[in-house]
Amino acid sequence: MRYRYFPGCTLKGQAKNMEDTTMAAAEALGIELVELPEWQCCGAVYPLYEDELISLLSPVRTLAAAEGEPLVSLCAACHHVLKRAQELMSRNEDARTKVTDFLEVEYSGEGRVLHFLEVLRDDLGFDKLAEMVKKPLEGRKAAAYYGCLLLRPSKVMQFDDPENPSIMEDLLKALGADVVKSPYRTECCGAYLSVTEEGVAADTVDRILDSARSAGAEVLITACPLCRYNLENCARDDGKKPLKVYYFSELLAEAMGLTVETAGDDSSKEEVSQR
Amino acid sequence: MPRTGVFICHCGTNIAGTVDIDKAVEASRNFPGVVHADEYRYLCSEMGQDIIKKAIEEQDLDRVVVGTCSPRMHEATFRKAAAEAGLNPYLLEVANIREHCSWVHKDMGEATPKAISLLRAAAAKAALNTALEAPRLDVEKRALVIGGGIAGIQAALDIAEAGYEVDIVEREPSIGGRMAQLEKTFPTLDCSACILTPKMVEAAQHPNVNLLTYSEVEEVKGFVGQFDVKIKKKARYVDSVKCTGCGICWEKCPSKAPSEFEMGLAKRKSIYVPFAQAVPNVPVIDRDSCLYFRKGRCQICEKECPPQAIDYEQQDEIIERRYGAIIMATGFDQLDPTIYGEYGYGQHPDILTGLEFERLFNASGPTGGKIVRLSDGKPPKKVVFIQCVGSRDKARGMNYCSKICCMYTAKQAVLLKEKVPDAKSYVFYIDVRTAGKGYEEFQRRAAEEYDVAYLRGQVGKIFPEEDHLVVRGVDSLSGRLIEINADMVVLAAASIARCDAPEVGRLVGINSDSYNFFNEAHPKLKPVETHTAGVFIAGACQSPKDIPDTVSQASAAAVKAIGLLSKDKLQGEACTAEVNQAECSGCLYCEAVCPYSAISPVEIEERYHGGTLKRTVAEVNPALCKGCGSCTVACRSGTINLKGFSNEQILAEVDAICLQR
Repeated sequence: MRYRYFPGCTLKGQAKNMEDTTMAAAEALGIELVELPEWQCCGAVYPLYEDELISLLSPVRTLAAAEGEPLVSLCAACHHVLKRAQELMSRNEDARTKVTDFLEVEYSGEGRVLHFLEVLRDDLGFDKLAEMVKKPLEGRKAAAYYGCLLLRPSKVMQFDDPENPSIMEDLLKALGADVVKSPYRTECCGAYLSVTEEGVAADTVDRILDSARSAGAEVLITACPLCRYNLENCARDDGKKPLKVYYFSELLAEAMGLTVETAGDDSSKEEVSQR
Repeated sequence: MPRTGVFICHCGTNIAGTVDIDKAVEASRNFPGVVHADEYRYLCSEMGQDIIKKAIEEQDLDRVVVGTCSPRMHEATFRKAAAEAGLNPYLLEVANIREHCSWVHKDMGEATPKAISLLRAAAAKAALNTALEAPRLDVEKRALVIGGGIAGIQAALDIAEAGYEVDIVEREPSIGGRMAQLEKTFPTLDCSACILTPKMVEAAQHPNVNLLTYSEVEEVKGFVGQFDVKIKKKARYVDSVKCTGCGICWEKCPSKAPSEFEMGLAKRKSIYVPFAQAVPNVPVIDRDSCLYFRKGRCQICEKECPPQAIDYEQQDEIIERRYGAIIMATGFDQLDPTIYGEYGYGQHPDILTGLEFERLFNASGPTGGKIVRLSDGKPPKKVVFIQCVGSRDKARGMNYCSKICCMYTAKQAVLLKEKVPDAKSYVFYIDVRTAGKGYEEFQRRAAEEYDVAYLRGQVGKIFPEEDHLVVRGVDSLSGRLIEINADMVVLAAASIARCDAPEVGRLVGINSDSYNFFNEAHPKLKPVETHTAGVFIAGACQSPKDIPDTVSQASAAAVKAIGLLSKDKLQGEACTAEVNQAECSGCLYCEAVCPYSAISPVEIEERYHGGTLKRTVAEVNPALCKGCGSCTVACRSGTINLKGFSNEQILAEVDAICLQR
């Protein structure tokens, strides 16, 4: 199984451990992720206006660079922008002509655009994954937190049921964890309000964490660097027992029996606080 | 040369306002073959028809052209008039100078020459018209009703009372349908079983009604008056003649399966009747869960049955019968609300659909008639009802309104208050729609006297917390977010067509709309007829309906069927396709395009170089042909002609219009 891989900026800094653990696990699972040469920004935010084409130049250049091969990313935000840019390119001929003429590339929406979780579910299969697990996460009470970027808009993302998703719970099950479900797993993490309206972000994060705790979770997994940042940094310190937040790939690598040397969470936290 | 008469109608000012009638009459006199031309203010009136009749007789006319409205309006009227004057009705031709001319033009200078062109074309065609006879078809004086719910039962009883035989084919082991699952009926709160059971029994005992339960229609051939139907009577593994319905078998049976009748909320035995008042009161064995059929042992029912009615060797039986008319009354299903992840249906036992909640009220239901939470058996104190779950939802559900939910929700809230007096109901709604006799009054009573809180808005999320369900929604009238800690949630899931409705419709040759509800022939004027003659529809298979509407429609369909069965002969279509078999190459393209299966291959013998040659050609069954003309277009050698619309006739019309200038 061979895929082109688009890392995006966060995966090389803040979320380096997501990349490192994914790469190690992918290798063990026989999934080849070939990093795109000279990749650039994913576009960061998908434009709110359909005629704001300038923001699409970067993602379309990335999509074209995959040369029709399946393109995988890990960061929820990158995947979100790439997938939506692809959908617009395949649907809107006018936008496609303008963008590709400007970039002088040929691209008409071809190729699969996947999040690595989809590769595990749809191409490898969770049943197969379960067979390949070396150290099942037995007795680990784990919950999944989805956020919004992978799920919505659901008709475009085609990722999972936006109101009742199951892909990360199914992954945890395959890894042998004790899956718990929290009703706040699809609620907003506060997104960029963690910068401007800390109180709002703190409310949302507290609700998410409290709900996961009361469901019995000890660890929480996510696929989004921003969600993880908020969950780790915005909670009000109320002395409750801590809930460890991981990238899904960290538990995946662990269950595959891999020890991955990575920058780790602490250094990433420091990096952020220094800014 | 024909002797053609042309008659032009003013239609008040409908035609005369835009077409210069005098000019048209004058021009008509010069058409080839025209010997008489006249006009009248309203040609369709008695007086107008008399003018035509008189002219046919006095002028010895053998062709008639009427320049009037669309033939869909009055062709039959004028043909009848011509026939009364002794002319074969198919020798009359209509020129549509109203819908095709005066109504779509403003300028008399343009409309008048166009009307003259249309009249000239009609006269040219009329000259080639030939006398046609419509075939007379036999009528089998027996009706088939597909579906044994309240619609099917009502239709069958009406037909039986009129003196005709009627068979009800019901897929389930008992008739009764959805209405049998209901506790009480709005707005009068009479007990559903109390009013339905007598009808079920009446259907079973009526000498003209024949019940074929646990049966399905396999094949329908033929046409109006003579439908040849194959019905599969599925093996019950119980001899219906010997069985006394004593119930010992299902008491003793050790294996269980989820009860379809109880919406899966309770178990039934592997040998079972779906509910206590089942008609017929003869059980069936469900092979999939029966120990004997699965593992070859048990046979307790056989050992225990006093009249020895159990027969494991029973086979499916195919019944072939002929029917004059068919009524479709196949009912509806309830949408599965799991597509609405935010409502959490299927993830918590206290989140139910309307039909599931209905079963809790029933004394023989899964809780013995006690309103309790399925999670812990406690009576609910706060119940949230959510309307329009899948109805009026373009994005994820059905665009239409399911029509019954507003009323049954009000009913359930009232019944809840009566059974659990300290319970409080909340209803989230988009609009409250209560059109129907006594409906609005009932719903108001629920809100005002039974303390039901109506909240205009939608619910965004339901999830369990501690021992209750958190329902989070919005009250769009106050603009506030609302959070209710409910003990139970009831989802008014949309009424949808049966999942196999399109296939069942295809069996009898009727089509469905985009939601798979059967199409009526006309949404206002032919609500129970279909585009297939002799097939009628009744009840929720046509669109979501409450019981009063269903029963009315069932009786209407029955009347249409009775009207058909009361005829000794039916008049068939005169304008049918005809194959010139000498020219036919036998490619049978026509067979493939015929929507009525009226064309089939036939082998003919021909003289050829002194010997005889056998070859295959196409043949049209005039009883099945509806004269649509598809085959005449598909025919590569142009050897199929439609009587009354032959290629020569059409070309004569084209020539008459194109060659005049």
